[in-house]
This record gives sequence, C-alpha cells and structure tokens, in this order.
Amino acid sequence: MNTTAQVLEKNKERILEKWMQNQLSDAALRDDLMTNDELQRQSREMLDGLLRAVSKGNYDNIYDTDFEQVTDTLRDISITRARQGFSPRETGAYVLSLKQSVIEVLVEQRQDDTSMLYREIMQLNTLLDNLSILTFETFIKGREEVILRQTDEISEISTPVIRVWDGILALPIIGTLDSARTQVVMENLLQEIVNTGSNIAILDISGVPAVDSLVAQHLIKTVSATRLMGAECIISGIRAEIAQTIVHLGIDLSNIKTKASLASALHLAFSMTNLEVRRTERHKGPKLMR
Amino acid sequence: MIVMTKDTMEIVREQDVVPFRNRVREFSTRIGMSLVNQTKLITAASELVRNMLKYASGGKVILEIISYNAKTGVRLTFKDEGPGIPDVAMAMRDGFSTGRSLGLGLPGAKRLVNEFDLKSNPGEGTTVTVIHWKNGR
Amino acid sequence: MERIPILKMGPFLLVTIQIDLYDRLALTLENDLINMVSQTGARGVLIDISTVSIVDSFMGRILGNIASMSRIMDAETVVVGMQPAVAITLVELGLTLQGVYTALNVEKGMELLNTKLGDNLELDDDEEEDQDDRND
Ligand SMILES: Nc1ncnc2c1ncn2[C@@H]1O[C@H](COP(=O)(O)OP(=O)(O)OP(=O)(O)O)[C@@H](O)[C@H]1O
Ligand SMILES: [Mg+2]
Repeated sequence: MNTTAQVLEKNKERILEKWMQNQLSDAALRDDLMTNDELQRQSREMLDGLLRAVSKGNYDNIYDTDFEQVTDTLRDISITRARQGFSPRETGAYVLSLKQSVIEVLVEQRQDDTSMLYREIMQLNTLLDNLSILTFETFIKGREEVILRQTDEISEISTPVIRVWDGILALPIIGTLDSARTQVVMENLLQEIVNTGSNIAILDISGVPAVDSLVAQHLIKTVSATRLMGAECIISGIRAEIAQTIVHLGIDLSNIKTKASLASALHLAFSMTNLEVRRTERHKGPKLMR
Repeated sequence: MIVMTKDTMEIVREQDVVPFRNRVREFSTRIGMSLVNQTKLITAASELVRNMLKYASGGKVILEIISYNAKTGVRLTFKDEGPGIPDVAMAMRDGFSTGRSLGLGLPGAKRLVNEFDLKSNPGEGTTVTVIHWKNGR
Repeated sequence: MERIPILKMGPFLLVTIQIDLYDRLALTLENDLINMVSQTGARGVLIDISTVSIVDSFMGRILGNIASMSRIMDAETVVVGMQPAVAITLVELGLTLQGVYTALNVEKGMELLNTKLGDNLELDDDEEEDQDDRND
C-alpha cells in the first residue's frame, strides 16, 4: 500500500491542475494584479515544497525546518498580496483551495479504504489549517507595515519647514505632537537649519490641540537640539489655555523664548538678527486707509 | 526571535572602542537603519563599552542582527566579569557616579535605545543587553 | 604619538576634529589646547566637529572641560558644526554642553566670538541675551 506522500506525489499534476482551477474559478480573484503564469509558477513551487515536507512524515509542526521552504514561500506570497492590495479572502483562498484539491484527489485514490482516507484527511486538514493561519498572520502583518509606512509619510508631509526670511525658519506644527512626530520634526528642522544656514527657527504650536508635560518635554528637547547646533529657537502660538496648563502643570519653560503669535515671534527674530521693518511713507496725502 | 548575523568582540583597551563603534555602524547600516538611529545606538554602545573598560577593566560584546515579529534590529550584549553593580536602581539614576563623572552613561544609554536590560551580580560581573530596531521603535 | 593640529587665526585658535577621538587623543587635545591658549593669549577657541559622527558623554565632558578651562584664562569656546543626528542624540543622552557656545559653522563661530569680544571690550557685563526680551 502506498503512503500518503507517495499517493500525493504520483498525483501531483492533477492536484496542481485542480488547485489552479479552484483558484481561477473564484470569481473574486483579481487577474489584474497577477498573471496566470505567475500564479501557476508560484503554486507549483509551493506544492513541491509541501510534498517534500510531507514525505518526511511531518504533518503537524509547520515551524520545523522541513517546512521552512513552504512557510517562507507562503509568507512571501501573503506579504506581497497584502502590499499589492489583494483582499483577505483572495489571500486566504490560496491555501484553502489547495486543501480542497488535495482532498478531492485523495478521495478518488482511496475509494477502497475509507478508514485510511479518514485519517489522511484529518492529518492534512490540521496541516493546511495551520498553514492558512500563517497566511492570515502574515497578511495582517503586511497590512500593518503598509499602515506604518503611511503614518510615517503623513507625519513627514505634515511638518513643512518654511523659510520666512533669510536666516529665519518657521515650522508650523498641526496636530498632536507625540514622540515619533517630534523625532520627525526635529530631524527636518535641524537638517533645514544646516541646509539654509539659518540662525533662528520659530516653532509655531497654534495648531497643537493640547500641551501636556510630555508635549512640553518634546518641545524642550527640540529647542535644546537646535541650540546645540548653534541656532536659536522661538516657540510661538501659545494660546491662553496653553499658558494656563503649562503653569498649572509646573512645566518650566523659563529658558525658552516664547511668544503668543507667529507675528511677534518674527518680530523678535528680526530684532535678534538686528533687522528692522519700517513703514515707508510713499504717499504723503491724507491717510484714508490704514 | 531569529538571529541572522552574529559576531563577538573583545574589549580590553581604549583603542578597541573605535573599531567596535565602526562594527556597530556596519551592522546598523546593513539593516538600513537611519542615520539618527545609528547615531543613537552607537552612542549608547559607546557609553556601555566605556563603563566596561572603566569599571570592569574590559569584557566582550556580542553583536547580532535579529528579526522578531517582522521587525529587524541590532542587539548588543555587553558582558564583563568585573565587580558588578551593588545597587542597580541607583546606578540607573541620572547623575549617579562612583567614578566622579557625569553619571549619564547608563540612564542615557537606556533613553537612546528601544530595549535595555541590565543584570549584575556583585563579585561576578555585569551584563547589559540593548536592542535598537531598524526604524527606532 | 598622534596629535590633532591646532591653528592660530588672529586672536583665535581653531581645531578641526576629523577622526573619531579615542580617550587618550582627546585628553592630549585638551592639554595642547589649554597650553596653547596660555602661550598665545588667545581670546577664543573654535572647535569644528562638523565631521564628527559620535559624541558620547566622554567627548562631551572633554568639550565642557576645554570651555571651562579656557574661560578661566579669559577665552571663550565655540563648538561649531554639530551634525543634526549628533545634536538629537546628545539631547536624548541628557548632555546639553552647558557653558559651551555653539555655532552653525566656523564663519558664524568667528562672528559670535567677535561680538563677545566686542562686548567685553566695551566693558558690557550682561552675559547672555536670554531673559530680557521675552515679553513685549
Ligand atoms: N560595567 C560595570 N561594572 C561595574 N560598575 C559599573 C559598570 N557600569 C556602570 N557601573 C557603575 O554605575 C555607575 C553609573 O554608571 P554611568 O555610566 O551611568 O555613569 P559614569 O560612568 O559614572 O559616568 P559617565 O558615564 O557619565 O561618564 C558608575 O559610576 C559605576 O559605579
Ligand atoms: Mg559611564
């Protein structure tokens, strides 16, 4: 009597054929994301690996080295599919339709020995279920990566450094200032200070909803880093309620130059760089407009 | 947790510090760590080898590239057989130093890396393990 | 023995640190610099660290020492060209280089020293511009 592995090996082409059919018949599968040739190649590779592992008699531990190739390929497929925008269903169906094909072939081959068939199906069930859990795990991880990358991109976009004057930079911060964001703000600001040779940076926090001691700490760090580089940092946009919280929380900002508005910060920056802005008297007529 | 690359360096003299730092840089560059994160990790590493030299007259460092939960990072393990630290909580405080220094090394190193672990047995030695992930979190 | 060269530029001394300092080299530099300040009567010291990629607490302490010692001999110290990554790291480490002036580059460092010197020559005794201009 042939072992399970031998039966499967002998019918490999049939399994592959059925599996391909199963996959392609799923109306939901998007052929815009992947060619059939590619799918075929991928599936064959996967099946080869699986049969090799099963031939060693290992049906339950997919984390064993026997399965390394299978799990690697599977992770690879799931991650790629997550990135390419496949749905969870499409990704999950990959292993589940393999299970169906394998079982169909076994049923054909084992018509004379149902108790054997039962045992085999149970074993393969467990194995392929484990593989399908792995698929989902990796798929979700892939999606998480995408989200993380987008988060990074958003915080990158939302912290523009503006050159308001020769030697003066302004950085309006909009939204919550957490530690990851502070990191981005600091890096952008300091790099821009180097690039432009600016002596003064204005950090405007009018768009920051609340300042607690953690946010204050982030601000203080940014100011300290700016000073270490040899530039000065002014914090502007301190609203009344922010001033209140700062005092109530006992946060010490006495070493930091703060201003209520961006305009007055700019004013201070001018005087620090010995610049003066004056109104020119061009029309000496009656002053109708101010 | 999977260890992808591993290396060990003996640190016995101050001249070993610079090559060691370069090796840490090599490891972090290999996994594509950003410059700021590299600088943080190397600075922390520098503090820890200095302590090893100063208080335990040297030891060894294990450098590893590790992968865990789809994250890649560099793990450094500093092992010495020096006098050990009697009061770890005290040593971890900003400003605590028995070497008439700034007392910034240990607490500063902890702030610079993602994961920090210190084990010390007086009379037996000290082991500090730090991990810094590729994207710094 | 390896040494870091010190350049005299008018009333100032300029040191450009281009290699990773190991401890003995850093201590030698501290020594050489202080001797040079005393020999030349220099009024300012510029330390260019624009190519230094790592400043740990040891290096930080050397910079602080140079500044304190120079000040006793009536010379100010400006550390110039610190890289962004180094600045961010130092803040996290908790080292703020108290008593050391900083500038973006050598040119700005010189400007800063010149104003400080000018102030001193006019016998102005207000040290820093910090407190007085906060409210308007
Ligand atoms: N490997 C070690 N073996 C024994 N004692 C140590 C070791 N590392 C640190 N210590 C002890 O912990 C104290 C705090 O260390 P930390 O690095 O924070 O400060 P420091 O080395 O004294 O000063 P700094 O690092 O700022 O120059 C040291 O003074 C020393 O007593
Ligand atoms: Mg130390």
